[in-house]
Amino acid sequence: MISKDYIITAAEGIHARPATALVKLTKRFKSTISIKKGDRVVKLNSLLNILSLAAKGGETISIIVDGEDEVGALVAIDMFFHEELKHL
Amino acid sequence: MITGIGVSAGIAIGRAYLLKKQETALTGLTITDEAAIATEIEKFDKAVELSLIEVNILIDSYHEANGSEGLEILEAHIELLSDPQIKEDVAEKIFAEKKNVNDAVIEVIADAVTMFKNMEDEYMRARAADVEDIGNRILKNLSPTGKAPAHTYPPDTIIIADDLSPSDTISMDTTCIIGFATRAGGKTSHAAIIAKSRGITAVVGCGNLLTEVKNNDLLILDGQSGAIMVNPDEQTIITYQAKREECQAHNLLLKSLKDKPAITTDGIAVKLLANIANADDMEQAHDLGAEGSGLLRTELLFMGRDAFPSEDEQFEFYKAVALKAKGKPVIVRTLDIGGDKPLPYFNLPAEQNPFLGYRAIRICLDRTDIFITQLKAILRASAFGKLKIMFPMIANVQEIRAAKIVLNEAIEDLHKAGISFDKTIEIGIMIEIPSAAITADLLAKEVDFFSIGTNDLCQYTLAVDRMNEKIKDLYDPYNPGVLRLISYVIDQAHKNNIEVGMCGELASDANATLLLLGMGLREFSMSATSIPTIKNTINNNAMGFANQIYERVMAMDNSTTISAYLKEVNK
Repeated sequence: MISKDYIITAAEGIHARPATALVKLTKRFKSTISIKKGDRVVKLNSLLNILSLAAKGGETISIIVDGEDEVGALVAIDMFFHEELKHL
Repeated sequence: MITGIGVSAGIAIGRAYLLKKQETALTGLTITDEAAIATEIEKFDKAVELSLIEVNILIDSYHEANGSEGLEILEAHIELLSDPQIKEDVAEKIFAEKKNVNDAVIEVIADAVTMFKNMEDEYMRARAADVEDIGNRILKNLSPTGKAPAHTYPPDTIIIADDLSPSDTISMDTTCIIGFATRAGGKTSHAAIIAKSRGITAVVGCGNLLTEVKNNDLLILDGQSGAIMVNPDEQTIITYQAKREECQAHNLLLKSLKDKPAITTDGIAVKLLANIANADDMEQAHDLGAEGSGLLRTELLFMGRDAFPSEDEQFEFYKAVALKAKGKPVIVRTLDIGGDKPLPYFNLPAEQNPFLGYRAIRICLDRTDIFITQLKAILRASAFGKLKIMFPMIANVQEIRAAKIVLNEAIEDLHKAGISFDKTIEIGIMIEIPSAAITADLLAKEVDFFSIGTNDLCQYTLAVDRMNEKIKDLYDPYNPGVLRLISYVIDQAHKNNIEVGMCGELASDANATLLLLGMGLREFSMSATSIPTIKNTINNNAMGFANQIYERVMAMDNSTTISAYLKEVNK
C-alpha cells in the first residue's frame, strides 16, 4: 500500500471534469485507489463519492493505492495531479 | 418585466412554450417475497443499461461545434449512471429495507441531491442537477411506458420551464428553440454553461414571476442583462431587433478572435491583458482571450468591511486569483487608497487635495504594518501562480527602495517560517506621476517592469481634476505633453531591458492602439470586454503603418489635430 499527498492545483478544485478523469484513470488499474480529505476516505471509482468530498483548489488530499499494480497506478496519479489537472 | 440572471450573450424574440416536468412519486410498496429482491435489482441494472445507451447516443450525435462542455457533462453522466456507490445504495435499500426499485432509486437520488445542495461551493451545489438528471433517466427507464414521445416545436420557440436538466439542454433542437428561461438555476448550472457554448439565449433564476408567462406569449429574452419582456409593444420589439443584430455581429467577432493571438500583419506579437478586481473577473478575462492580468486592483478586498483584512484573508483572495489565472501572469497592485476612497475603519483626515495627499504607497510606507501584511499575503499566494507585485504612486527612487526594504522584511519572515513562495517574483511600479515618467531612466534600474497608468498621469501632468465638471474637457490623453511622457517611459524601459505595459484607459482606446504600438508598447491591459476590439485593430494593421502614425502624431502640436488624425486613420 502506498500513500501520497497532493496539493490541488486547479482553481475550481476537483469538479466534474477532473473527477470524471480520475474515475476513468482508476478503472485502468486493478489496485484499489482511494482519496482522503480530512477524515473522510472514499474510493476513486465513484464519481459521486469524489464530488462529495468537495475538494477545493489549494487544498491537500491524500491518495492511497493498494494492489498488485500500485506502483504503475501511482505514476499515473502523479501525472494526473502534477500535470493533467492544470489543463482540465 | 421579469428579471433573472442572463447567462449567455444574445437577444431572442419568440413565442413562449411552457415545459412541464413529469413528477415521480414514491409508491410506498414494499417487497414481501425474497425472490422479488433479485428481480428488483435486475430491473435496476436493466434501466441503467438502457440509460447508458441513451446517453451514448447523445454523445455520438453530439456536434463538436457546440463546444466541449456538453460532451464532458455527458461523460460525467456515464460515470454517474455506472457509479458503484449509487448501485450499492440502491441495492441496500432493496435488500435491507425491502423497498421496490422505484422507491429505492428516488430515495438514493434524493439523498445525493440533498448532499450537493448543502455544499458550500456554488459550482458543487449546481451538480445536484446532474444527479437529478441521471436519476430521472433511470426512473423513466424503470417504468414500462418508458419513452416520452419526441416533441416538435414551431420555429422561434422560447422554452419556459421550472428548471432544465443538462440533458434537456444538450438535446435541445436549436433549429426551432432559440432560447429558454427557467425559474430556478444559477450561472454555474450546466444548463447555463451549455446554453452559453451552444449559443442559446438563456435567462435563469427568474423566480416565481416566470409563472405569469402563458403559452404562446410573445417574449423578448435578453441573455446579457437577464431581462424578459412579456408581450412587448411594437417600439420595444424594433429596439430589440436592432440590438439583436448588433449582438450577433459582436458575437461573431468575439468568436473569430477568441483563440487567435494578437499579432500585427507583419508578425509583431502583442500581449493583451485584463484589468481585474477579483478571481471571477479572471474567468471572464480568459473567455475574452486575455493572456493574464496587467492590473489586479486590491482595493475591493479592503472596502465594504469594518476592519483591515487579515493576512490569511488576503492570502485566500490572492490565491484564488492566482489559481484562476492558470499559470498566466497577474500583476498585483498594492493598496491604492486615499482621501477620495476612504475606508470606514481607517481614519483618514479630510484633505484639501486628496489626489495630492496621503494615499497609496505614501500610506503604505508610513503604515508599514498594513503594507507588510499585504506583501506577505501576496508572496504566499505566489506559490500558486505567476504573480508580480506593483507599487502605485511612485514619485522617486527613494520610495522604491523603501518599499523594497519592507518587501525584503516580508520575504525574510516567510523564510524563517518555512513558508514557500515564488523567489523569482518580479517587482514593478506604476508610472503615473510626471516626476516618475521624467526619471524613468533612473527608476528603470530599480525594478523589473513599468506599468503606465494613463488616467492619473494625464490628470497630474495637465493639472486637471477630471471629476470637476467645469474643467473635465481639459483632461486630454492626446495632449502632446502626455504623449511625450508616455513615449519617453516606453523608450527608457526598452533601453534598460525591462518590461513596460499600460493599464490606464488609453490602453483600451482603439484610436490610440496603433500610435502606442508605434511608440514601442507591446503590453496593453484593459477591461476584458475591450480586448476583442483592440485585438481586431492589431491583427489588421502592420507595424510600418503604426510607426508612420507615431511619427506624424509626434510632429503635431495640439490634441485636436492629433485626435482628428487618429480618428481618420482608424476608420
